Amino acid sequence: MRDRAEYARKGIARGRSVVVMQYADGILFVAPNPSKALHKISEIYDRIGFAAVGRYNEFESLRLAGIRYADINGYTYNRNDVTGRGLANLYAQQLGMIFTDSIKSLEVEIVVAEVGDSAEEDQIYRLTFDGSVFDEQGMAVIGGQSEAVAGRLKERYRPGLPLGEALDAALVALTEPGGERSPVGQLEVAVLDRTREQRKFQRLAGPRLERLLTSSTPAPAPEPTLPEKGAPEVDTGPPTAPDGDIDTGSEP
Amino acid sequence: MNNLFTNTGSSSFSGFLGEHAPDLLPFRNQQLAAPVGDQIPHATTIVVVTCAGGVVMAGDRRATSGNIISQRDMQKVFRTDDYSCLGIAGTASTGIEMARLYQVELEHYEKMEGRSLSTEGKANRLATMIKGNLPMAMQGLVVVPIFAAYDPNLDAGRIFGYDVGGGPYEQFQYHSIGSGSIFAKGSLKKLYRENASPEDAVLTCVQALYDAADDDSATGGPDVTRKIWPAVAVITADGFRRLSDDEVAGYVQAMLEARMTDPDGPTAPLR
Repeated sequence: MRDRAEYARKGIARGRSVVVMQYADGILFVAPNPSKALHKISEIYDRIGFAAVGRYNEFESLRLAGIRYADINGYTYNRNDVTGRGLANLYAQQLGMIFTDSIKSLEVEIVVAEVGDSAEEDQIYRLTFDGSVFDEQGMAVIGGQSEAVAGRLKERYRPGLPLGEALDAALVALTEPGGERSPVGQLEVAVLDRTREQRKFQRLAGPRLERLLTSSTPAPAPEPTLPEKGAPEVDTGPPTAPDGDIDTGSEP
Repeated sequence: MNNLFTNTGSSSFSGFLGEHAPDLLPFRNQQLAAPVGDQIPHATTIVVVTCAGGVVMAGDRRATSGNIISQRDMQKVFRTDDYSCLGIAGTASTGIEMARLYQVELEHYEKMEGRSLSTEGKANRLATMIKGNLPMAMQGLVVVPIFAAYDPNLDAGRIFGYDVGGGPYEQFQYHSIGSGSIFAKGSLKKLYRENASPEDAVLTCVQALYDAADDDSATGGPDVTRKIWPAVAVITADGFRRLSDDEVAGYVQAMLEARMTDPDGPTAPLR
């Protein structure tokens, strides 16, 4: 059992972190992701979004199952009857079952977020490979170095941040101190925007994302989105190796 | 529940539903003791007209059971996704259920695959669903929808018609289904203008529905006293938009005013 947990933790720690946090109009998802096609962030239902780190094939099958669960419940009852809590419970059961019954546990960590009519009704659930569910308040960080990232995010996080500032806080948290920020093309950003009609999930990319980034860039950060400057710092490859210390899972 | 995690066959929601919970499908293969078609409310007339860079769909609001008007404000034009909509004629309950399933079908595919179905793909998918309803149609529970979409590849509106066995049959310029469709089509034939603006196309639809209601007892005309107007949807590159009651009221009032002096409506030039 302990070996299995160790194995899963090492697998998860290899990937880069993903930040999920509340902002003024809903919930923001930010993931450094060099791939345009293989998403770490996805829509599940009208109000529910999904973010994951770890093995792609494993969290992808969880994502598809979540969409099936949501669509079948929404079709059987009503669209309002699909809840993030129900989905988090489903994932928890599946993850827990695989952790105890299978030879290998899933090497994933996921977030299920549901946007409500007001900020108080927003919900962010973080689920780990063994099926534990954490009801997070305001923000959640998953993936390698999640503690360091969460620490940096806590310093800047306030309830009700405007979108631009929230995005900036997330990027500061995801960037190692002194490191270079991921260029726009290597960011996967999405929101659950409570002001939208029906389907609240929206991906932010291209010119709109660039505008958000430039409008919110604070003065002290020197040239945040110029990857060609400072050749030795360029790091555009996919995350294949640990970005920092491996989380050995040895903390109590 | 295990099905949720193991089913990886296809991105079709109705396909998954058939395996996971077949009792939720609108079409079942059970035999009814007697045909019930006449006792169940029927939805009536839908018209669709292409316009410059899009398509307009409009439906009357009446549902009938035999000679009884069972509902005056029924909604039979449904948004199916950002760029398409569905109108239903025939058995109202089965039609509504089919529209609901079809909406989920398109959204499900989009979320699973990360892309929308092609316009032809959407039309074919609907044909399969109608074919599935064939046994029920033989018992009198006939549903014949009409599908309209904005095709981003062609930058134009497209119309697909069906019969009880499925389809699709692509229609050009305009099309109509339901009990008043004969009269609506006659009207559309004379009033259709190539590359009309969406506003003009809406007016064409409102005129055609009035002509259908004029001659078909099952089609409802605009209800001025109760302020019940036709349901109108416009789909262009900007996406699906359902016109508000006030907007439709404007079109209907303009039409009614002209018909006060000319009850048969606008005439087409003879030469």
